Amino acid sequence: MDPEGQVDTTTIEDAVGKFGGARDRLMDILQEIHRRLGCLEQQTISALSASLRIPSAEIEDAASFYSFFNRAPKGRFHIRLARTPVSLMKGADDVARAFVAATGAQIGGTSAEGDFSLDWAADLGMADQEPSALINGAPFPALAPSDVRTMVEELRRNRDTTNALPLFPGSDASGLKQSRIAINLLGPGPVLFGDKRSGDGLQKALRLSPEEIVKEIVKARLRGRGGAGFPTGLKWRLCRQAVAETRYVVCNADEGEPGTFKDRALLTLAPDLVLDGMTIAARALGARQGVIYLRAEYAYLEAALRNELDKRRNDGLLGANIGGVNDFDFDIRIQFGAGAYICGEESALLESLEGKRGAPRDRPPFPTDRGYLGYPTAVDNVETFACAAKVIERGAAWFCGFGTAESAGTKLLSISGDCPRPGVYELPFGTTLNELLDLVGASDARFVQVGGPSGQCVGAKDYGRRIAYEDLSTGGSIMVFSAQRDVIATALQFTEFFADESCGWCVPCRVGTTLLKQDLEKILRGRGTLADVRALESLARSVARTSRCGLGQSAPNPILGSMRNFPEAYEARLQEEEFLPRFSVLEASAEAKSIQEHGLLDVEER
Amino acid sequence: MSDQDFLITVDGMKVRAKRGQTIISACDAAGVYIPRLCHHPDLKPAGHCRLCSCYIDGRRASACTMPAAPGMVVVSNNEELNNDRRVVLDMLFVEGNHFCPTCEKSGDCELQALAYRLGITAPSLTYQWPKREIDASHPDVFIDRNTCVLCSRCIRASRDVDGKSIFGFSGRGLGMRLNIDSETKLSDTSFAAIDKAAKVCPVGCIVIKRTGYRTPIGRRHFDKAPIGTDIEACEVGDPE
Repeated sequence: MDPEGQVDTTTIEDAVGKFGGARDRLMDILQEIHRRLGCLEQQTISALSASLRIPSAEIEDAASFYSFFNRAPKGRFHIRLARTPVSLMKGADDVARAFVAATGAQIGGTSAEGDFSLDWAADLGMADQEPSALINGAPFPALAPSDVRTMVEELRRNRDTTNALPLFPGSDASGLKQSRIAINLLGPGPVLFGDKRSGDGLQKALRLSPEEIVKEIVKARLRGRGGAGFPTGLKWRLCRQAVAETRYVVCNADEGEPGTFKDRALLTLAPDLVLDGMTIAARALGARQGVIYLRAEYAYLEAALRNELDKRRNDGLLGANIGGVNDFDFDIRIQFGAGAYICGEESALLESLEGKRGAPRDRPPFPTDRGYLGYPTAVDNVETFACAAKVIERGAAWFCGFGTAESAGTKLLSISGDCPRPGVYELPFGTTLNELLDLVGASDARFVQVGGPSGQCVGAKDYGRRIAYEDLSTGGSIMVFSAQRDVIATALQFTEFFADESCGWCVPCRVGTTLLKQDLEKILRGRGTLADVRALESLARSVARTSRCGLGQSAPNPILGSMRNFPEAYEARLQEEEFLPRFSVLEASAEAKSIQEHGLLDVEER
Repeated sequence: MSDQDFLITVDGMKVRAKRGQTIISACDAAGVYIPRLCHHPDLKPAGHCRLCSCYIDGRRASACTMPAAPGMVVVSNNEELNNDRRVVLDMLFVEGNHFCPTCEKSGDCELQALAYRLGITAPSLTYQWPKREIDASHPDVFIDRNTCVLCSRCIRASRDVDGKSIFGFSGRGLGMRLNIDSETKLSDTSFAAIDKAAKVCPVGCIVIKRTGYRTPIGRRHFDKAPIGTDIEACEVGDPE
């Protein structure tokens, strides 16, 4: 909207035209408008509604869901600071204070001259380089409070709008491998980063029949690397067997589990492996279109990935008659998310891909039966596609030579927190936490959060446990917490994350996550009693049992896990009384008391 | 029993089901009541409220969305499930601002009736006291979001039955609200009191004006019999 209050209809028409006015490309249309205007105001939604000829309520339903869509104008530079247990242990609060002081903007606000907006954000995918921030979509890892003033002054002087930092999405990442964000690949393993890739996984796949590809993937016992561990071969087979005119291959690059950044490493260092895997899947399934659903936080990867896709089109590895095989037509497009953790859940991802709010679907039907636009769809993790390419390249037997009986191959782990060597490690399944902690140099870990907030909190007595589907199953997030960290405070930060990211569709998750947060806060503040702990546990179990999808079902894990592993941490905070109110009357009335110079109540109350 | 029909077991009872039927619709037809709030027989299921969450072949799932399959074993009525239902209802009461004594839907309200049926006397969870908007602009219909339970019945009815999409959600998580297809008010939309969407609200959120007290308190729907009674009044059981 311009200063006169007129809606910029040209921008809206351009965006609609660019995507052919297609309802299912609403995310792209909204993002295009957002990129040009910096926000999506109500008048914009109304004008878009008129242009697309769909009710504004439907557009608002989608647009209002995503945290990266600003609903009001922001400053020229929008600074999003990661607020996670790891960023906080590395000093995110100090960095935030430095930004407030340097910009004159409060957190959640915009500076008076309109140059800067500051916001907290969930994990940005740089847990090994915290504190981190995104500024207009560009990554700024490893910030120190002392860097901030210079940075802000430099930005403030930047009046050249043509060379301004790019707006989300669509920043430049062509030089990413050399750019300021490092890929700390500290432990390259034998499967994904082991050898110089021969590059003939796809060529070999072209010589196999689709059924032979599926058989090889089944033989390799490849399971989903996103955390759930569904057998990939079975997924591909189900998708292949579903009767339909067409099928889709979707790469889940919405890596949103706090503490995970291994897909960023793969997409940066080995995008060809991931794209090979998607193309091999397309061959196996009979898909003609693939989509990479990339989280908004990784918008800066776009240019490099587009280059990669263009190169493949030129090399005949995407497009018509791939590799000279008649009728093997396949292409890949990139779809950006817009800041919603839930979109990492495959059915929510598909909803988002269709231009709707990212609310999970009811199953059945499963995506392999009715997925994207109602067609059979294989949604697989970035790492799964890379593994599939290696399975076809080197053979199932070679792949099964790594790992354990139930977990073949290796796992990419993103390790962060209290350790001297955080980064990406590729380790064979079966590696124990002890071995892993040695690798990263963590000598005094009090507990390890395996699989992010939705995973498990593992205490020292269980460091002999193994990273494997049959023991500690994880999508790859490993956060190390040293002896000085507060177990309950960490559980609260994780619980807050779920409350912020709950999609709101079902009652137990929508309301329950906030109630869990409030009840845990009461205990953390030293106002909890034994009855509160029992009630909290009971509520946590109800939320886990009744929630509709994995988010709500696992949201109580930080509380239940910390209760199980560290009961003494809870006991230490409990009060002896049978009941204590949530707040202290004395504290609440302290100001009044200081004015009146006597208490409101004669009795001393807590 | 036609060739297409098959049997499922619900709380030990044999229930006849047809292909394409959900667990809840098969149970309704057989006179077995499973508590529900967001489900409406004329609308596509949505799985919001989780009150119909049952053990289906040993796994938790919502009966309103799960298609019945031959031989399925459903457990709906046990202490754990009913306790979870009370927790969910409790959540709904503390999430919104529900003032039953002054609400014109009292006695006809499904949320209130479910609380009575499942034995809730007062919420035990923490009140959230949210700010919710009301909209009295429309000549015939009043919207009071204080009691909205975000069940999406009006959204589904308006979109799928009325073909209007007057309603939608906005926001997410605890900040989610019922939104209307207008920048300002309901009277700017094509909403009409005869719309399906005006008749499906289970609570006192969307009410038709000037009808509230036609039936005196004490003679209203759930004053006469607990919710679910009309379903249970059907003949239970015999698949023949």
